[in-house]
Amino acid sequence: MDGIADLGGTSGWGPVSPPRADEPVFPEPWQGRATALTILAIRLSGRNIDAFRYAQDRLDRAAYLDQGYFGRWLNAAELMLVDGAVLAPGELDARARDLRDGHFEQPGEPARPDPSAPAWPAAPGSLRTVDAAPAFAVGQWVRTKNSSPPGPTRLPGYVRGQVGVVEVVQPAAVFPDTNAQFQGENPQYVYSVRFDSHELWGEHGDSFAVTVELFENYLEAGS
Amino acid sequence: MTAAGGADRAPSAALRTAALEQLLVERGLVDPRMVDAFIANYETNVGPLNGAKVVARAWTDPDYRRRLLAEGTAAIKELGFGGSQGEHIVVVENTPATHNVVVCTLCSCYPWPVLGLPPSWYKDPAYRARMVREPRTVLAEMGLELGDDVQITVRDSTSEVRWLVLPERPAGTEHLSEEELVPLITRDAMVGVAKVAAP
Repeated sequence: MDGIADLGGTSGWGPVSPPRADEPVFPEPWQGRATALTILAIRLSGRNIDAFRYAQDRLDRAAYLDQGYFGRWLNAAELMLVDGAVLAPGELDARARDLRDGHFEQPGEPARPDPSAPAWPAAPGSLRTVDAAPAFAVGQWVRTKNSSPPGPTRLPGYVRGQVGVVEVVQPAAVFPDTNAQFQGENPQYVYSVRFDSHELWGEHGDSFAVTVELFENYLEAGS
Repeated sequence: MTAAGGADRAPSAALRTAALEQLLVERGLVDPRMVDAFIANYETNVGPLNGAKVVARAWTDPDYRRRLLAEGTAAIKELGFGGSQGEHIVVVENTPATHNVVVCTLCSCYPWPVLGLPPSWYKDPAYRARMVREPRTVLAEMGLELGDDVQITVRDSTSEVRWLVLPERPAGTEHLSEEELVPLITRDAMVGVAKVAAP
C-alpha cells in the first residue's frame, strides 16, 4: 500500500534538524515506556516486527506525525494490539480518559482469537536459510515491479519501476509482505540494489547513488 | 465543550502510554520491571560507544578491519555486540573519494547494538524524505560540506540489513592508541552525516 510511512523523496518538510551531541535517549519519561512497551508487546503478544511496521503504514497523518516518533510508535502499537485482539477498539483511549477524568465507561477485554485458527508464531529473528540459489547475481541489472500491493510492502514508492544493479546479495530473510499479516514467512533473498540518482529523479540535481534492500519478489531481470 | 481542558480533549500521549502499560500488565503480558530494565539498558549500556570501540579497533588492527568489512556481524560480535536490530550488519568504509550515509525512508531502522536508539534527526521526516533526493544539500545543512568530486552513496535500510559506516581516521591521530581514539568517534560519523575530527 502507499502508506504515510513511505517518505523517500517527498517534499515540503523544510530543513533537517541539526544533530545534538547531548540529546537524551528519551527526552520525556513516557517515550521510554512507550518504546519498551511496544518492543515487549510485539514479542509477548505473538505479533511480529513486520506487523508493527504495517501498523505504522496505516496510521493517519496526525497519528503518524503530530507526536513525533514516539507518538507514532504508541499509536501503531495500539493498532497492532487491536489487530491481535489484545486490546479492544477504543479501549486504550477509554482507559486513558479514565485515568484522567475518572469513571469513564470502558469496553471489556476483546474476545480471544479462535484457538483453532492457523497461526504462525514468530520464530526468533528474520534471517532464514533457503535451498534455492539466489535468482540474481552481483552486477546484474534488475528492474523493480511497478506496483503497490493492497497490503504491506517494503518496496519504497521512489524506486518502483526503476532499473538498478545488484551490489550485494544479502542473506535470505522473512518476507515482510506476508509475515506482517501472518500469511507465512516466505523467506527469500534480499538484494542491495544500486540506483543512479539521475535515473530516479531526472537530469537535474545531485549526482549520487542510492542502495535499497529489496526482496526477490520485488525484482525481475532488467536492462 | 471548551477547546482546552474539557472531557472531549484527547488524552495526551503520556496518559495513553500509562493506559497501555496498565492494560498490558492486567492482561499478564508485561511486567513493569521489564519496562524499567529495557529503558535502563538503552539509557546506559547500549549506545554509540559500542560502535566507537568497533571503529577504533578497525583503525588500529588491519586484520580486524578486513574482517569487519568482509563480515560485519561476525567481527562486531568479537567485541561482544549483537542482537535485536543488528542481526546482519554490513560495514562500509568512507574515504576521501567515497562517502556513505545511512537513512531509513520507510521507518527509522538503525543498528541498535552498535549505535543505540536513533537520535531525533534520524527519525525526522525531513531527513528520511530528503536524504535519498538531495544528500549533498542535506549533509551541508547538517554541517558536512562535501566536494563535488566526492561520490556519495546513500544506504536506504529497507530490510533487516543494518549499515554501519567506518569513518576515515583523521590525520594527526597516528600516535593515538585504540583507547585514546574511542572518545573521538561520534555517532554522527558512524551514520555518515559527519567526519571524525582530530582532537
